[in-house]
Amino acid sequence: MGAGGISGPRISVPRTPGPGLRTWAHATFGYRSSLGSPWQAGRSYGVVALRKGMTIAVASGKGGTGKTTVATNLALAIAAQHPVQFLDCDVEEPNAHLFLKPRIERTLAVEIPVPSVDRERCTYCGTCADVCAQHAVGVFPGQVLIFAELCHGCGACALFCPEGAITEVGRPVGVVEAGRADQLAFAHGRLNVGEAFAPPVVRAVKKEARDHGIVIIDVAPGTSCPVVEALKGVDFCLLVTEPTPFGLHDLKLMVGVVEKLGIPAALVINRADMGDAGVWTFCRQKRIPVLMEIPQNRRIAESYARGIPLVRTDGEWAGRFAVLFRRIRALVEGPGSRNGLRGSGCERSSGDQR
Amino acid sequence: MKEVVVISGKGGTGKTSLAASFASLACASAGLVLADCDVDAPDLHLLLHPEVRETQEFRASRKASIDAAACTGCGLCQAHCRFDAIRELQVDPLSCEGCGVCERICPAGAVTVKEELLGRWYVSDTRCGPMVHACMEPGEENSGRLVSVVRRRARELAQERRADLIITDGPPGIGCPVISALSGADLAVVVTEPSLSGAHDLARVLDVSRHFGVPAVACTNRYDLHPEGAEAIEAECGARGVPVVGRIPYDPVMTEAIVRGKPVVEFTDAEVTGAIRKVWERILVYLCSGAEPSLLKRDG
Repeated sequence: MGAGGISGPRISVPRTPGPGLRTWAHATFGYRSSLGSPWQAGRSYGVVALRKGMTIAVASGKGGTGKTTVATNLALAIAAQHPVQFLDCDVEEPNAHLFLKPRIERTLAVEIPVPSVDRERCTYCGTCADVCAQHAVGVFPGQVLIFAELCHGCGACALFCPEGAITEVGRPVGVVEAGRADQLAFAHGRLNVGEAFAPPVVRAVKKEARDHGIVIIDVAPGTSCPVVEALKGVDFCLLVTEPTPFGLHDLKLMVGVVEKLGIPAALVINRADMGDAGVWTFCRQKRIPVLMEIPQNRRIAESYARGIPLVRTDGEWAGRFAVLFRRIRALVEGPGSRNGLRGSGCERSSGDQR
Repeated sequence: MKEVVVISGKGGTGKTSLAASFASLACASAGLVLADCDVDAPDLHLLLHPEVRETQEFRASRKASIDAAACTGCGLCQAHCRFDAIRELQVDPLSCEGCGVCERICPAGAVTVKEELLGRWYVSDTRCGPMVHACMEPGEENSGRLVSVVRRRARELAQERRADLIITDGPPGIGCPVISALSGADLAVVVTEPSLSGAHDLARVLDVSRHFGVPAVACTNRYDLHPEGAEAIEAECGARGVPVVGRIPYDPVMTEAIVRGKPVVEFTDAEVTGAIRKVWERILVYLCSGAEPSLLKRDG
């Protein structure tokens, strides 16, 4: 990530896009990881045997359902058998480090490119303000105002300034911290307080993803852009919910997201012995597999409160999370995955399975 | 008119259960307007059962599309897209930010950027007063702008009806929807829980409220699951000068109330209800310090 980007050349409009074109975006917040684009997510259709790794996202829609509990315990339960990397992509409120206690070895600043105007060259023509979709530039006679916190870094102002008066400078919006927690490789992002725009930090965390082994991604709650950014290109999404009307309502929204992205998904039901039967009924209707149920009990809640992973409290949980992983792998790599839960419709797909 | 927004940083700490309970307690003595600003995963309607009076479409998200017939395949759009949203001359709508660079750079005029439906918002009636709420289309962006729309409408309604109070159920996190829900409010009520995650996220969200100059108070839900944790959280609040407005014990009846679709204070007379009532009374004290004591009539 780059210092090189900050002083990088101003973008000129090439007649032909050469493969060597390296813009600010690709240096700074480009997303060219091995994860690929969502439309390549379907590659596990045909090339399972060639894949070296598997990326599993853990998401929920509703907050506080146990995403981080499931993600961290899953990672710890299989770390002895597999090379595992944990990426905490809930950059607004990253919590996995509280359980995994990683040793941070590297800290990278995440910057987005924002305009800087050369007042000598500027003619106050207003083109930059016209092309800015985020209304981050205002031009008045003799004055250009840049609202950097609104800027998404698209580069339009610099690209279309007829005077070449705009260069781009990096503005820090967060950090990525990477290191190790025993056998686990670990990275998480932290959005700076007061910053609104999380996706660049999520992208920067995902750039840390290795192209081999198991990558486990902890996703933010909600269903909007930071969630989509974290889910793009993953092989599988494990949804975590609780069996209440709130959990069910938000689960339905989240299923809408994974269907739209074409990511196969299955469910973990946390606090499974409380609430009502709505979540199970929904899963039956949609044919979403329920891979694990975690009971509501005080001991689990207390160990969570103290930041102690479940798998460290007793061996039974280590075994259960190892089973959960085998079930996920069977769904992703097994024969069922070709017509399995993939795509727009857990419902259609599992129908094929039968 | 006062605006109080319930936030938490960490999700699942009980924001919505408390916001609905506050609404139920407040509407007896004050003219009230409600806003559900968790537009990603709105749940307040499941407790307050609004009757929708008005539905509006929210179109703000802009997405590029390429007219294959006009496209010459020059690749300029792809080369200049900072968001990797164009691959092999196809637009990936989920990556597209709608910045319009592609539209402007295309020499063949083959790219257009169009507005798309991003979500819907509603004005509804509940027995606690009118409520403005919304729902995003799955996976869309710009939830912060939809939150702003919801808040603006709630304020207009409060003015029209001369309401004393707006209670806003906020989103988790600290990013754009939270900033939109929080900025300019009179008071942030931060609901936390006594876990390491709860404490960590509380600190972040208190930083955000300070950053935007919104006074905050905190309360600890399920405090008895980890009493030392609750004390640590209260010490942290004390060090920051953030008043602690109470502790709410863990009680599965909170979940039962959700299942029955009722604010917990209407569902039970158990200890939690008394605790929530106390929390609300103390919130009113902070909300009204110096102004509009009418809000306090019944409770204070």
